[in-house]
Amino acid sequence: MGLNINEDISQSLQERVSAAMNSKTALKIVGGNSKAFYGRETDGEILNVSGHSGILNYEPTELVATVRAGTKLSELQQALSAQGQMLPFEPPHLGESATVGGTVATNLSGPRRPFGGAVRDHVLGVKIINGKGEILHFGGEVMKNVAGYDLSRLMAGAMGTLGVLLEVSFKVNPVAENELTLYRNCSIDTAITTMNEWASRPYPISGGVFDGENLYIRFSGSENAVEAARKKFGGDELEDANNFWLRIKEQQHAFFGGDAPLWRLSLAPASPHILLPGKTLVDWAGAQRWYKGEANADDIRQAAQKSGGHAVMFRGGDRDQAFQPLDPVVMRLHKNLKQAMDPNGILNPGRLYAQL
Amino acid sequence: MSSHSHHETEFHTHRDTLVNALRKVLADDALLYQSEDLSPYECDGLSAYRQLPMVVAIPTTIAQVQDVMRICNQLNVPVVARGAGTGLSGGALPHAQGVLLSLARFKSILNIDTDNRSATVQPGVRNLAISEAAAKYRLYYAPDPSSQIACSIGGNVAENSGGVHCLKYGLTVHNILQLKVVTIEGELITIGSNALDAPGYDLLALMTGSEGMLGVIVEVTVKLLPTPERAQVLLAAFDDVVKAGSAVGNIISAGIIPAGLEMMDKLSIQAAEDFVHAGYPTDAAAILLCEVDGTNEEVSDHISAVREILQSSGATEVRTAKDDAERATFWKGRKAAFPAIGRISPDYYCMDGTIPRKHLPTVLKGIEDLSSEYGLAVANVFHAGDGNLHPLILYNANVEGELERTEEFGGKILELCVEVGGTITGEHGVGMEKINQMCVQFETAELEQFHAVKHAFDAKGLLNPGKAVPTLHRCAEFGAMHVHHGELPFPELERF
Ligand SMILES: Cc1cc2nc3c(=O)[nH]c(=O)nc-3n(C[C@H](O)[C@H](O)[C@H](O)COP(=O)(O)OP(=O)(O)OC[C@H]3O[C@@H](n4cnc5c(N)ncnc54)[C@H](O)[C@@H]3O)c2cc1C
Repeated sequence: MGLNINEDISQSLQERVSAAMNSKTALKIVGGNSKAFYGRETDGEILNVSGHSGILNYEPTELVATVRAGTKLSELQQALSAQGQMLPFEPPHLGESATVGGTVATNLSGPRRPFGGAVRDHVLGVKIINGKGEILHFGGEVMKNVAGYDLSRLMAGAMGTLGVLLEVSFKVNPVAENELTLYRNCSIDTAITTMNEWASRPYPISGGVFDGENLYIRFSGSENAVEAARKKFGGDELEDANNFWLRIKEQQHAFFGGDAPLWRLSLAPASPHILLPGKTLVDWAGAQRWYKGEANADDIRQAAQKSGGHAVMFRGGDRDQAFQPLDPVVMRLHKNLKQAMDPNGILNPGRLYAQL
Repeated sequence: MSSHSHHETEFHTHRDTLVNALRKVLADDALLYQSEDLSPYECDGLSAYRQLPMVVAIPTTIAQVQDVMRICNQLNVPVVARGAGTGLSGGALPHAQGVLLSLARFKSILNIDTDNRSATVQPGVRNLAISEAAAKYRLYYAPDPSSQIACSIGGNVAENSGGVHCLKYGLTVHNILQLKVVTIEGELITIGSNALDAPGYDLLALMTGSEGMLGVIVEVTVKLLPTPERAQVLLAAFDDVVKAGSAVGNIISAGIIPAGLEMMDKLSIQAAEDFVHAGYPTDAAAILLCEVDGTNEEVSDHISAVREILQSSGATEVRTAKDDAERATFWKGRKAAFPAIGRISPDYYCMDGTIPRKHLPTVLKGIEDLSSEYGLAVANVFHAGDGNLHPLILYNANVEGELERTEEFGGKILELCVEVGGTITGEHGVGMEKINQMCVQFETAELEQFHAVKHAFDAKGLLNPGKAVPTLHRCAEFGAMHVHHGELPFPELERF
């Protein structure tokens, strides 16, 4: 079934990209502009994709939805929720105007990520315009597909530097019958250890957060499974839990207030707490730490790397150095890939790294 | 196979030049070049395609892999990586003028990190060995191809292998964290990280399923999951495959994602039953095996729900495995389906298309028609939950022309999968085998984009040349027309 399908503007978008390719004019790809703050800046001519919208095909029994990139994320989520399904990666909107294209381009995922997977894990196929102005399909609407290189998942997190997303096919999942959030007061160290212990056991966990005060664990599953978890875990039940997880995901929790730079540290989940001046919120059951403070960027990056991961300057700091620098050989491969997809370097140049 | 000659990808380095260079970096027992030593490497699991390599290199250290790559790069010699050689698409088929680079000696499990639930292993480690080593920590590696006792993790990454549990737990790409890869220039790079993501492009996804075309994987860090408290399997019999197909949709509509959901048709049931005596109902037109796992409570809740759905979907019989031994027996028939077919036919040819599940009746009917047209029987084994179909064509290679007919028949099945909006390969890869069907699935500009990506990693085209992505010239020769979106040969099928 399809929903709210507007005019297909892929051809006019394609013409714009072709013209830009010929004149070597940089394009700044814009969906809902909700994540304009994120990553490095790029200042090309605006290519607005938000008009290219509509849910082209949603088949609940196939667990697949194909959506135009300009579709509002909230619209897709409503359609799924009407069928008792969801995007398993619980994407942050970070603004009402968030579109599907921006969601994929930034690859940002919410608290369910360590258990349900990231955006990239649920991209089954894409239709894009590459930097040569060609409309290309990769992947498809089926769950398993190894024909050709996986250029669909490659779009996730590429910040629009490899192609203009026109359509995305997602794998979707049923919503769990029951959810329960339990919390207890503890230290950050105990919280990290406890989250990881719980994640090592076969319980139906779907979220683990420490907000500076309490450890919160969310369970999703059948009624009896969730009730059994309540007995084993103990702690208190959080009222209005949906609102809590929403505020974490949308960065509306009190932690995110104030002017200090916000960093996202992606680490091996059991890594000990990194002591830096400022405060930390633990999400993804330990694998994602939000740090708000004034520590030196190099110190933050080094600490993240030591803990098996990397750091992103998310908001409020030096955007020029938003992402962790890459190893020189890996950067060379990145440049080659950019060259392969966008030979004239017209798509969101510099948005991810200065060289791309 | 004459139809798969390397005329497009010829290289001219003399064997002695190559051997002399490799001798400086490899021990005597790590370098094979006498034809009797080469023959064990002449094919992978798709034994219809055979080719001796010029040289086999079996290094033991990463530094040696780097040396081999540097030498090959310098001398312009192709390199074909090989894991356990169980691949079913000729991906590890050697190149006549090249090095077959075996990772068989990379067999160590380097580290199991129980705190972070990951394992770092060398690429030659067998898939099952990881779960065996992790079992004492009540952890396991989820993707479980039927070949798991033999296939290597490096091969799994190169093919993005699936298994009977991937509907719930995902494919290889969803279950790995980090790779170490040697480029064709001999550089060692790290892709991914010990965290859940890494900066820059998702090279981890790009490398997964790249069939040895972009680099050689020399180390893999996989995610480990907690072993479920309990797993329970149901076996349902149907007098009609279409009913079995709709039962699958009904389970998923009820909001249940089973750990495994497999279908077998009459011929597969009978062959499997004769082989392993799993107690399958041999008069059924199809059986479904549905496994649910999780906590005790979750399994109890779901097993009764699934049982009801199966019954109301028209199952003639529904059995629940009463204990772990019976559960293993139910699965044994499914996991042994390929060898079981091997017993009833001199040869069989395994196809690997994926389709949107709702088109199952059309595709099965199409296969049945083709089967009578070609006079070759087909047994169907189906990862029903995710639409991945394995039709096994029964043939006899000793009958003149029968292999060629089988290949043609197989190609038609794959084209049928593309026509209904599916793909020519769900998990076995394109390799050498499905190279022509790639011309059906992709348009020229898309194939060109693949070549450009390959060029980004391997400008000289030395890694596994001639596989995975056809040249445009080859497509022109094959004469395949891309099935254009919107101009389907089955216009009556509802697609949106
Ligand atoms: C009986 C049987 C059942 C099977 N069941 C399944 C199944 O359920 N699901 C499934 O997905 N597959 C299945 N397969 C197919 C096969 O087992 C998988 O594709 C497997 O991942 C191949 O692993 P391998 O180590 O044998 O790789 P090989 O066959 O040696 O190589 C496969 C490809 O990977 C490349 N490669 C291997 N190692 C490396 C490396 N270290 N670096 C770079 N490239 C490399 C090779 O060049 C080749 O292109 C089955 C095969 C058989 C014979």
